[in-house]
Amino acid sequence: MHVKEKKIHINKPLELNSGKILKSYDLMFETYGELNDEKSNAVLICHALSGNHHVAGFHKGDEKPGWWDNMIGPGKPINTDKLFVVCMNNLGGCHGSSGPNSVDIETNQTYGFQFPIVTVQDWVNSQKVLMDEFKIIKWQFVIGGSLGGMQALQWSLDYPDHINNAIIIAASPKLTAQNIAFNEVARQAITSDPDWCDGDYLKHNKVPKRGLALARMLGHITYLSDESMAKKFGRDLKKDKINFNFDVEFQIESYLRYQGEKFVTSFDANTYLLMTKALDYFDPINEAGFAKKMTQCKSRFLIISFTSDWRFPPSRSEEIVKMLVEYNKDVSYACIESDGGHDAFLMKNDNYFEVMRTYIEASING
Amino acid sequence: MARKDFDIITDWINPNSRILDLGCGDGSLLKLLNVKRNVSGYGVDSSIDKTIKSLDNSINILNADINDHMGYFKDKSFDFVILAQSLQVVENPVLLIKEMLRIGNEVIISFPNMGYWKSRLYLFFKGEMPVTRELPYNWHSTPNIHLCTISDFKKMCLINYFEIINEVVYNINGKDISSSYFNNLNGVSAIFRIK
Repeated sequence: MHVKEKKIHINKPLELNSGKILKSYDLMFETYGELNDEKSNAVLICHALSGNHHVAGFHKGDEKPGWWDNMIGPGKPINTDKLFVVCMNNLGGCHGSSGPNSVDIETNQTYGFQFPIVTVQDWVNSQKVLMDEFKIIKWQFVIGGSLGGMQALQWSLDYPDHINNAIIIAASPKLTAQNIAFNEVARQAITSDPDWCDGDYLKHNKVPKRGLALARMLGHITYLSDESMAKKFGRDLKKDKINFNFDVEFQIESYLRYQGEKFVTSFDANTYLLMTKALDYFDPINEAGFAKKMTQCKSRFLIISFTSDWRFPPSRSEEIVKMLVEYNKDVSYACIESDGGHDAFLMKNDNYFEVMRTYIEASING
Repeated sequence: MARKDFDIITDWINPNSRILDLGCGDGSLLKLLNVKRNVSGYGVDSSIDKTIKSLDNSINILNADINDHMGYFKDKSFDFVILAQSLQVVENPVLLIKEMLRIGNEVIISFPNMGYWKSRLYLFFKGEMPVTRELPYNWHSTPNIHLCTISDFKKMCLINYFEIINEVVYNINGKDISSSYFNNLNGVSAIFRIK
């Protein structure tokens, strides 16, 4: 399945949670499948921290498909034979939608560190703008893992008339102190890199490579489980013996360094800072007006967690389930046995895929 | 397969009730109650296979262990809390029934009767733990850790002040033998409604 990305320019101002206003902005997105005449088969996929709009299919000439290609496509659980799937690069991102690397038309300068801090709610509002461009009234499903799941939850709260089902995978209703702590160390890794240049690295023709790679390495540890790391790397050595120096000796070190270096070529440091902030601020249950939003919420929910996820373990998903049960919402929950850690939401797993497929099919047919 | 206990439970449920079905299996009871009584609510089951079947039956299914997830549910938030043919797998039956009474206005429990004469004869003549059509497991591989007879169940209700509102016992042919003096001997299964 060959796909092309598309970009639209929005000339209507977007008021952000922070009080700042984006006067105009770009939204980069991809679509898969066909929107039917009634516009009743539309699905929004929300991406997580390091994701982007290229969720499935292949760009011409690429060897690797989009980041959730195992889940989305013809005959797959999110079946593009029946569904019209939309995924958008979130604002503040670095893959085409307006973000730190875009030019601020007010100043004619690259935003850099001056790009306003965006929240999950801001993203949902901008996704609604894209929805209006398609003249879609209701998403049949809004689906996301991790930070993407948080956007799905926010959709059900903020736009009760525009969503039928929210599928929230490996997510949490808010970050814990430990989650925020990890994010803060990642941010410190970036901002303490001399090449960060107080956020103005582009102007200085530099990239805070070491800081961003370090942030990614740290993040990566929290995405894997102890079991999966043990299985994949154990204490395997890169060479056949210990050399008593500080070069890469264990396979896991080599793997993490590779992940860090690879990430630097495809991701922006200021975007990383913004994304982690959006995570930290997310806490819809404790925001004013939550109870009223819940009484107006009409969405059905599917919540999915993974046993070995310690970033957002099953107990965090169950907080969402409990809250939805308290408000008598239609909710189903599946806890999937997996040693894949937080990243399990991106991996093929028979039970997980069957849960997705069955819920989606039953919802379409029901 | 039509289940006798489902028919009896359906009779007891008022239209538009809110139902919590613990150990709901493939969700067929909730699906039946949806069709016949327009109920709403949730099923709870710890098996992922059953969860997928329940999703296929379009019921709200919570994939969780009923032994330690009753904290999901607020006091008196359901009209009926049902435990159909799952009492024997519960870790602490009295504790769970107390939780069910906290959550629901009424509680419905159905269970296989170990006092059934075939089970008694099995143990008496073979000298081995009964393996029957209803309970087809060996003693060492059975999930059924709290089997009881109808008398046992009633005694537990008495000791714990659970008020029995209604009880139905049926025999191997599905015939209602509740009023028979020998129902603890002839009954294969029993359903109690308590509060």
